[in-house]
Amino acid sequence: MALALQQLINGLTLGAVYGLIAIGYTMVYGIIGMINFAHGDIYMVSAFIAVTVFTLLAGFGISSVPLSLLVVLLVAVFFTSIYGWTVERMAYRPLRGSTRLAPLISAIGMSIFLQNMVQLTQGARVKPVAPVLVGGIDLLSVDGFTVRLAYSQILIVFVTVALMAGFTWLITKTSFGRQQRSCEQDRTMTALLGINVDRTISLTFMLGAALAAVAGMMVTVYYGVVDFFIGFVAGIKAFTAAVLGGIGSLPGAMLGGLLIGLIEAFWAAYLSAEYKDVATFTILILVLMFRPSGLLGRPEVEKV
Amino acid sequence: MSKPILAASLSLLALATTSAWADHPVAIAGPMTGQYASAGDQIKKGAEMAIADINAKGGVLGQKLKLEIGDDACDPKQAVAVANTMVNKKIVFMHGHWCSSSTIPASDVYNEAQIPMVTVSTNPKVTDRGLKNIFAIAGRDDQQGQVGGAYLAEHYKGKKIAVVDDKSAYGKGLADEVAKAMEAKGVKPALRESITAGEKDYSGLVSKLKSAGVEVMAFGGYHTEVALILRQAQQAGLKLTVLGGDTMSNSELATAAGAQANNVLFTFGPDARKNPSAAPIVKKFHDAKIEPEGYVLYAYAAFQLFDQAAVKAKSTKYADLEKALRSGSFDTVIGKLTFDANGNSSAPAFVVYQWKDGKYDYVKK
Repeated sequence: MALALQQLINGLTLGAVYGLIAIGYTMVYGIIGMINFAHGDIYMVSAFIAVTVFTLLAGFGISSVPLSLLVVLLVAVFFTSIYGWTVERMAYRPLRGSTRLAPLISAIGMSIFLQNMVQLTQGARVKPVAPVLVGGIDLLSVDGFTVRLAYSQILIVFVTVALMAGFTWLITKTSFGRQQRSCEQDRTMTALLGINVDRTISLTFMLGAALAAVAGMMVTVYYGVVDFFIGFVAGIKAFTAAVLGGIGSLPGAMLGGLLIGLIEAFWAAYLSAEYKDVATFTILILVLMFRPSGLLGRPEVEKV
Repeated sequence: MSKPILAASLSLLALATTSAWADHPVAIAGPMTGQYASAGDQIKKGAEMAIADINAKGGVLGQKLKLEIGDDACDPKQAVAVANTMVNKKIVFMHGHWCSSSTIPASDVYNEAQIPMVTVSTNPKVTDRGLKNIFAIAGRDDQQGQVGGAYLAEHYKGKKIAVVDDKSAYGKGLADEVAKAMEAKGVKPALRESITAGEKDYSGLVSKLKSAGVEVMAFGGYHTEVALILRQAQQAGLKLTVLGGDTMSNSELATAAGAQANNVLFTFGPDARKNPSAAPIVKKFHDAKIEPEGYVLYAYAAFQLFDQAAVKAKSTKYADLEKALRSGSFDTVIGKLTFDANGNSSAPAFVVYQWKDGKYDYVKK
């Protein structure tokens, strides 16, 4: 029982990170109908920015944990958003209106470019960060097994919930949210109504990158090591989460992320840690067999 | 292409290549990129220093050495590609690869092309296949597992010990040997698990260890995973002691795991830095601001072996080198080395080390 509770905590933490990255995939798919394969690498870049800022802050002798977390978060979000904007401007906008496959190939190219750029400038070695947030709260103890909630886990879950709330408000209540949703429905009509479609798409990319930056910064705090290759595995998992939840659906991305996190955590604890990826992808296949558009996705309607 | 033209172009090609190597091309191969890149870096530093020293005294048999570097990223497929590239470069000697899972497939290529190789890979399969071109200088995992398993059975009797591996040729081989050695001493592992290397989240494993009451984990695998597991164990409030293999001798473990690295024990050959005869070379490394830890001195020794064997055989041809290496006894920076029929070295037995505040030393008990 205690083990189950512990794994529930671990799974939710992991799932929150997957969900944050998945939102970037699903949002971009919703608005321009392409899979941004470079998104995982944007997340990796943000983790490197976080490491750099943590190291700089430590160098300046700033030891206050909340202050350094806040500074790192803001700097990472800022620079990663710029990356998101640049990637869209350079690799996708020139291809808008061409075939559907062209931006996809361009995205794969961008992913390889970002990986190699970080490998060349930062080196291939893993970059460690000294533990920033250590310790935790012991929740309960059963038969000598203590369920522990680490402070970094509280941080991850809290930040994710706050971001989701803010995000839902942004999409449903603000004028930017309305513009974004109308772009999603019909780009030509939106343009005719005097809305700057290119600007809306750029902002969407920046938002997706900002969420990935939050995920990257929290992963740096939680695991403490980053390397140029982390974007690949995280990207694949987050993309799976987006598909599982129904690509194009924001709550679906979060739900998919949480589901994958929980499946991995419970499978690793009760069955074998070796085969947890097999479990994840089996469930993905089963869901897609019965609900081809994912758990919360709407089937695509052919417009006549 | 008609036969005469083919023959003519082939001979031209041969001419072109022979005229290109006035120097002896020698090579190292290992993970120069990827998550184990720090080990590749050690090999590179040791090899560069050795070759600079050998060239400074006039090279081998009057010819300078030229170093080629192959990057296999510890990926078996890439290792075979690197091996083929090296064969095409007509190298006369190879030091590598590093991961056993790379060394094993690559060694077949070198064997076919008749290139002698000196490796620090420790999986017994490296030498047990009886390939004549392999010389292993860092011992074998069955010896290493014996030492590690016996140490655990002796010093951690009554505690619950888990045996975990990363499914790699090296990791699984070592973990199996440790488990075998423990069982031979009457200590049964409380848990036997495998993980996937290269992941970041090992909280599932940590919870499992915690719920089984495990205090000591014998780990077959590489240092990057151990650092992650230790940090996550600390977050979960689990005090874990880890016993690993020779790969834990990497200072990256101490930077990545922080103070938790002090809970890491590992087995490795005796510290060559302590040999009085190695002192001048160790000083040279220190002067160049390189700490000759881990595999640095092994790489240096590999090229000393090549140098001494070539001088002894008065040739760098494969048959002569192989005979010289097998029959002779060599004074290297890691000690006196001789080899048996399968290329296992007489390297001294494994000892148990412990990390302490960013440095490792023999364990004190």
